[in-house]
Amino acid sequence: MAGFEGFASRRQTDPALPPGQHLERGFPVLSAGPDPNIKVWELQVATETGQRSWSWDDFLALPQEDITTDIHCVTSWSKLGTHWRGVSVDTLFDGLKTEQRFAMARSYGGYTTNLPLEDLLGGKAWVMHTFEGRPLASEHGGPARLFVPHLYFWKSAKWLQGIQTMAVDRPGFWENYGYHNHGDPWKEERYA
Amino acid sequence: MSTDWRPAICVQGRPETLSSRSIRLKVDNLGPVVAGQHIDIRLTADDGYQAVRSYSLSATPRGGPGGTPLGNSEVEIAVEELPEGEVSPYLVEALAPGDPLEVRGPVGGWFVWHPTDSEPVQLIGGGSGVAPLVAILRARIASTSAVPMRLLYSVRAPDTVYFADELASYTTSPNITVDLAYTRVAPHGEARPPGRLTDRDIENFVQEPGSGIVYVCGPNSFVAAVTDLLLARGYDSAAIRTERFGGA
Ligand SMILES: Cc1cc2nc3c(=O)[nH]c(=O)nc-3n(C[C@H](O)[C@H](O)[C@H](O)COP(=O)(O)OP(=O)(O)OC[C@H]3O[C@@H](n4cnc5c(N)ncnc54)[C@H](O)[C@@H]3O)c2cc1C
Repeated sequence: MAGFEGFASRRQTDPALPPGQHLERGFPVLSAGPDPNIKVWELQVATETGQRSWSWDDFLALPQEDITTDIHCVTSWSKLGTHWRGVSVDTLFDGLKTEQRFAMARSYGGYTTNLPLEDLLGGKAWVMHTFEGRPLASEHGGPARLFVPHLYFWKSAKWLQGIQTMAVDRPGFWENYGYHNHGDPWKEERYA
Repeated sequence: MSTDWRPAICVQGRPETLSSRSIRLKVDNLGPVVAGQHIDIRLTADDGYQAVRSYSLSATPRGGPGGTPLGNSEVEIAVEELPEGEVSPYLVEALAPGDPLEVRGPVGGWFVWHPTDSEPVQLIGGGSGVAPLVAILRARIASTSAVPMRLLYSVRAPDTVYFADELASYTTSPNITVDLAYTRVAPHGEARPPGRLTDRDIENFVQEPGSGIVYVCGPNSFVAAVTDLLLARGYDSAAIRTERFGGA
């Protein structure tokens, strides 16, 4: 392939960046519509055998974890070393039995995204309410969002309302609009 | 597949404003294109370094400037040069006809308009965020659709209007309305005082709630402010589609 004369690299590459990603200093906002107006917040987790739900106070009373990690948006920006506080999805599923292998995350406002359960459990995913020491802003999914940093950020559903396990995988919102079903940034699983 | 990088060449560049330009690209094996979609552009430097950014299509193969078709397998984007930006200064200042780059997509099936869509359309854009909205207007003009379309375009000053002549010419198109709202400097004789969009503007220049789909595109803060105004005016959030370009 011919060289691209004139285009010169201006930024350093960083081995922490997955292929095709660039460093971002700010925190761009991407959502499909307006921020939802959440009047009473409640979080639900449900499997084929039962369900649990938490009020805001119940949720904050659960064991909290502090996570420092990189995040990767499918639109090609990444932020490195971001700090978050929230509750592990393992904690939310504690005591709930399931044979099902898939899950749908559902947001206030109607957004959905699907994930294999193995990407949500085992210390890989959280429901976060604090970003860089401050309550998570509404534009970034506050009061609480799903956080699955090893996948592209559209899987980290903003304004999380609930997680429901599924026997059969079904596409969520962006997965229906041409985005990849899984979304691993290191494999560049961007579009279907 | 839309995941594959395909070779493309720059066919033409035309200045839009002092700091932006429209770029026509010919893309190998360009698949179906829907107005409102975006493409990813990848540039490779001599040392192998690569940079990728997303750009909304401002014109589709069937609906180019003025609604006339582009060449086969051609699309256009409109790029605003950001100070200290890595990719946009190259696209606006350096990329020349014949230069190669790579394209992925087009992508997106949400912030789009199909000529078979039957609802009235309200478009609200800020700055370069008007690009996909103009693609939608052009697609409507190139098609047999007669759905009413109304554009409310927020710009800093008269010399920052993208597609200025073309938008001015739409005043004679049936069922198309274009309103400009200036934030800093308004042209002589403009009734609306310069300033950011307010609830009055939504009342004056935006179709009634419940009467169709609203597409909002621009920088984050613009999209957030406009959607707040729309919700306050009684729009159902399901009728509002947004595309954000990042940045302030
Ligand atoms: C779906 C979508 C559609 C889009 N459509 C359009 C379009 O139609 N037209 C358009 O013009 N844009 C569009 N954009 C925005 C576009 O993708 C780019 O973000 C934009 O062109 C800026 O890219 P850049 O490489 O010039 O700037 P970047 O290098 O990404 O920098 C952006 C800004 O951040 C600052 N910055 C960030 N990181 C650093 C750093 N490490 N060092 C120094 N400065 C930094 C820079 O000062 C600069 O002002 C779209 C974005 C999306 C997501």
